[in-house]
Amino acid sequence: MDIIIAAVGGQGALLASKVLGRLAQNKGLDVKMSEVHGMAQRGGSVITHVRFAEEVNSPLIEEGSADVVLALEMLEGARYISYLKPGGKLITNTQKIDPMSVIIGQQEYPAELKEQLSQLDLEIITEDALGLAKEAGNMKAANIALMGVLAKNTEIEKEEWLTAIKEIVPEKFQEVNITAFELGFNSEV
Amino acid sequence: MRKLMLGNEAIARGAYEAGATVATAYPGTPSTEITENVARYEEIDTEWSVNEKVALEVGIGSSIAGARTLVSMKHVGLNVAADPLMSVSYPGVNAGLVIAVADDPSQHSSQNEQDTRYYGRFGKIPVLEPADSQECKDFVKKAFKLSEDFDTPVIVRINTRISHSRGLVELEDRIDFELKEYDQNPNKYIVAPAVAKKRRVVAEERLAKLKEFAEDSELNQVEYDKKDVGIITSGVAYHHSKEVFEDASFLKLGLSYPLPQKMIEDFVNQCETVYVIEELEPIFEEQIKSWGLEVIGKDVLPTIGELNPAIIREAVLGNTKEKLELEQEFPIRPAVLCPGCHHRGVFYILKKLKLHVSGDIGCYTLGAFPPLQAMDTCICMGASVGMAFGFEKARGKEFAKKSVAVIGDSTFWHTGVNGLIDLVYNQGNTTVIILDNSTTAMTGHQENPSTGYNVKGGKAPNISFEKLGKSIGIERVRTIDAYEIDEVERIVKEETATEEPSLIITKKPCVLHKRADVINDPLNIEGDLCTGCKKCLDIGCPAISFTGETVKINETLCVGCELCTEMCNFDAIKKGAN
Ligand SMILES: Cc1ncc(C[n+]2csc(CCOP(=O)(O)OP(=O)(O)O)c2C)c(N)n1
Repeated sequence: MDIIIAAVGGQGALLASKVLGRLAQNKGLDVKMSEVHGMAQRGGSVITHVRFAEEVNSPLIEEGSADVVLALEMLEGARYISYLKPGGKLITNTQKIDPMSVIIGQQEYPAELKEQLSQLDLEIITEDALGLAKEAGNMKAANIALMGVLAKNTEIEKEEWLTAIKEIVPEKFQEVNITAFELGFNSEV
Repeated sequence: MRKLMLGNEAIARGAYEAGATVATAYPGTPSTEITENVARYEEIDTEWSVNEKVALEVGIGSSIAGARTLVSMKHVGLNVAADPLMSVSYPGVNAGLVIAVADDPSQHSSQNEQDTRYYGRFGKIPVLEPADSQECKDFVKKAFKLSEDFDTPVIVRINTRISHSRGLVELEDRIDFELKEYDQNPNKYIVAPAVAKKRRVVAEERLAKLKEFAEDSELNQVEYDKKDVGIITSGVAYHHSKEVFEDASFLKLGLSYPLPQKMIEDFVNQCETVYVIEELEPIFEEQIKSWGLEVIGKDVLPTIGELNPAIIREAVLGNTKEKLELEQEFPIRPAVLCPGCHHRGVFYILKKLKLHVSGDIGCYTLGAFPPLQAMDTCICMGASVGMAFGFEKARGKEFAKKSVAVIGDSTFWHTGVNGLIDLVYNQGNTTVIILDNSTTAMTGHQENPSTGYNVKGGKAPNISFEKLGKSIGIERVRTIDAYEIDEVERIVKEETATEEPSLIITKKPCVLHKRADVINDPLNIEGDLCTGCKKCLDIGCPAISFTGETVKINETLCVGCELCTEMCNFDAIKKGAN
């Protein structure tokens, strides 16, 4: 399975990819993932590649081949949509974060992104992950809430997801994250 | 046991398993996590050195004194360490000396794209290129052995996609490497011409032996399949190519300098069409073509930027996968100064005062971009101080009153301090501002000589900028709180006006740092006090945006630093309002 995580630096793409990596490792699969560290994490656009299969070569997913694009922010999902294979799933947070160029009025946040994306050959699933995270008790858990939505859309057993989350998320944030995951998993979208 | 590891983590693990007891480094993306991980092994004495030159020098000393030693840095760090690198090549080593250097093709976090393999040729030093996390670990262990067997430092060249990719790694036990005898051998280690001329010959002989070794080293692997297409490649480009050519033959170069000429000749002769797929410069290609062999390389593949399967597919096969596209240009989203950042207010003032700012490298380089746009130049680490003095030399004392150098705390210790001494010694007037956020923020919060802690988290001497400034003869040394922007403005005005050098230290810990008192008390707009004048947008805080009539504050981003409240003329921004 090839998953792209698109996000704004600081939204927790790294934690999400670590959970996915552990999930795959627990299944006895080969895993490779490519992350962004350094400068781009300072609120910049961030793309993470996660790949698992019997054998994985490149750590990078080729454009037109991802099974899922998991977007923690909608503009970032749109930015990297070329990675999704035709007919693939775009699972996106409805949260919008203005980039600096929009804040200072040099560029505009694209209007009606969701409608535009829906025109493409893909399945779009939207979720207010930030809302779910708030409900769970910590805004930072939006990444794991959205992962709950992803989990529901795969064949992988829920228990396996929960195990991976428990193994990766630090003790003191586990409860919040598991609640967020459950909210995402059970959400009617 | 198998563990999912970053390439950098695996490099650290390799040094651990090889019995290394000393590791040195200066941080730099994408190499930083090597040292952060090495530091977790109790057995390895690890340091953040002040810069890469010192890191390598400590490493050379430690190798001669008998310890297996790992030195790590990013590609441009090797320029700083080039003097010891080129000079240690002739004498060689005692215990293994491995230098892990991480390139950054596509310049994700770097000022250039230089190809470290050139340094191998330049210094006659073998270069190993692992292709994934497992090989990072294995190759570092092999590099230590190679270093000792051939009496040479060894470079392990990685890059962003190897450093920052995770893959499964089989863990093994640490070997018991016994400290070698201290190698007291002036005929080897004193590079005065009388000795160095003899070592020059030794270095050439060593290279000849390394070439023979390359021919049947397991580091270089031939995988024959169909022979109509042959691929010569190295590093992560090997894995990218495997995605594109499922049944081609491969020659994967794990030892990328010196090259195995006979092995390559044989491979090229057996295959019908041979592509050389290497990231960045045509280093293999030029050597291979110089032997009279016909291969295709940069004729079709790009020299600029990193490779990936799609680029290789399009360049070689001329096709692309079908992909989804929105016909729209998206607003760019480069990195920005974080909400609450120490640097924001200082740059706001420097811009307000219309000063020429000689900048430097760090998070604060982001002050060069809109809306702050308060920096004229930024060339390499430490350069800000010397360059500002250069402005003064060219244009005189009055220009020095209209310009300042700004430099981060870590960058100052790295190579800014030399510039400051030069400025005082040569009687300049320039004002130097140290942006002291008590950490090396840009590369992910490493300790440095003025944070009071070492790489293992233990207490360390906290070296004082103020005392340093005074001791080299600067009379005017001022320290201010970076959030007090009126005070910053007053002091910068005063100091630039004087006809002697001044040192200003602006202080406030980075808000992302674990030791910072996180304020985390988001601000809000009070009722309808906001008039929509947009003045607060001038500080470029990502937490503030304009809704069309008034501004709003994003509660998930705001940390409550209150810099915007200092900007607001209407008292509209408050804690706990709304
Ligand atoms: C020779 C060299 N080594 C390392 C780097 C990577 N690097 C760039 S800036 C920087 C340090 C930044 O720290 P500091 O000066 O304290 O500024 P801050 O990011 O905290 O604002 C580092 C390690 C580099 N660009 N060049």
